[in-house]
Amino acid sequence: MIEKGAFTLNNRYSRQELFTPIGKEGQEKLAKKHVLIIGAGALGTGNVENLVRAGVGKITIVDRDYVEFSNLQRQQLYVESDATERIPKAIAAEKCLKEINSEVEVVGKVMDVTKEELEQMTPGVDLIIDSTDNFDTRLLINDIAQKHNIPWIYGACVSSYGLSYTIIPGKTPCLNCLLETVPLGGATCDTVGIISPAVQMVVAYQTTEALKLLVDDEKALRGKLVCFDLWKNEHTSIKVDGVKKSDCKSCGSEPTYPYLSYENQTKSSVLCGRNTVQIRPPKRLERDLDQLVETLSTQGGEVEQNPYLVSYTIGEQRMVFFRDGRVLVHGTNDIAEAKTLYHRILG
Amino acid sequence: MEVTLNGKKTELPEAISNLTQLLTHYKLEDKVVIVEVNGEIIDKSKHEDRSIEAGDQIELVHFVGGG
Ligand SMILES: [Zn+2]
Repeated sequence: MIEKGAFTLNNRYSRQELFTPIGKEGQEKLAKKHVLIIGAGALGTGNVENLVRAGVGKITIVDRDYVEFSNLQRQQLYVESDATERIPKAIAAEKCLKEINSEVEVVGKVMDVTKEELEQMTPGVDLIIDSTDNFDTRLLINDIAQKHNIPWIYGACVSSYGLSYTIIPGKTPCLNCLLETVPLGGATCDTVGIISPAVQMVVAYQTTEALKLLVDDEKALRGKLVCFDLWKNEHTSIKVDGVKKSDCKSCGSEPTYPYLSYENQTKSSVLCGRNTVQIRPPKRLERDLDQLVETLSTQGGEVEQNPYLVSYTIGEQRMVFFRDGRVLVHGTNDIAEAKTLYHRILG
Repeated sequence: MEVTLNGKKTELPEAISNLTQLLTHYKLEDKVVIVEVNGEIIDKSKHEDRSIEAGDQIELVHFVGGG
């Protein structure tokens, strides 16, 4: 460990301070900020590494999943052993980030994000960065951000395409204004694939807007919805201010935050394109993994355990049990079938 | 007819004369898409009525969920 004071001598941030729009003053501001990143997949690992290196004071990064080999092509903080050992992304990311910059307070949380978790995590947060892979969570982030007046940065990508938009409550239209309806299905990284430069391009847009916001340089913000296709050599940005709706239920004059009230929306959900169903117990619980291993080992099938989860394979099916109570059932897109298996094992 | 689509000169098939047909051609009809023509965002309800002229500057931004 290097002592904290030593960093000033190391000039860790000297190049960033030489960049006039940030400067020493901006660097000091960064050190006082708290950023919440939802998702530690491709976008999440890119954004969080940039912001940790940049010296943001505190970063919380949340993810519900664990590392798999198919992640390594683009999820830049993970190594092969993370995939072999099925380490939760939030844990693997936190470990790696602390080695990159021990001066930043990095908090990795293994959890599924619903209204409850967001309400707990958002107080004191200066900025939220969207690095999720689904619209349900984004619309939750959108409502919580409006409710607590926190800016957030939308980013998404698939194949060689990506887009980003910075949402400032009270100023810009919100995601609900932009979408009108929630997009269903469509292409995902799991069905049509993705190349890592598309990820890095979105990350570049998101991190840059984040830095502007964190050093209070709001007039430098892009102000437009930006999109690109790296393979087709397309790049465009459009002004969407006019899309803001005064009667929007999320950001309008009489908001009801509709996505915060759908209490049961994520009790069970199909993980898009992954042939996997996630089951969330109705009540929060702390699962005793050792006891679970004991139970499972009498049932036939193969049981593997690490400090964060238990993986159980029987025939074609694989189930992964997390400490926070969630279960992923791999090998099916059928919620009913997944629940049958879940109840067969857990009663 | 030639238009500028997302910053690139693009030759559209003869059959395409309005925005709905354009979106179908690019398989975007079921997606959430923001359409801008010559600097103006065109509401979804008006896509069918909005004809496309040669030389139009058209921007199509569709939302995706991946990340
Ligand atoms: Zn809105």
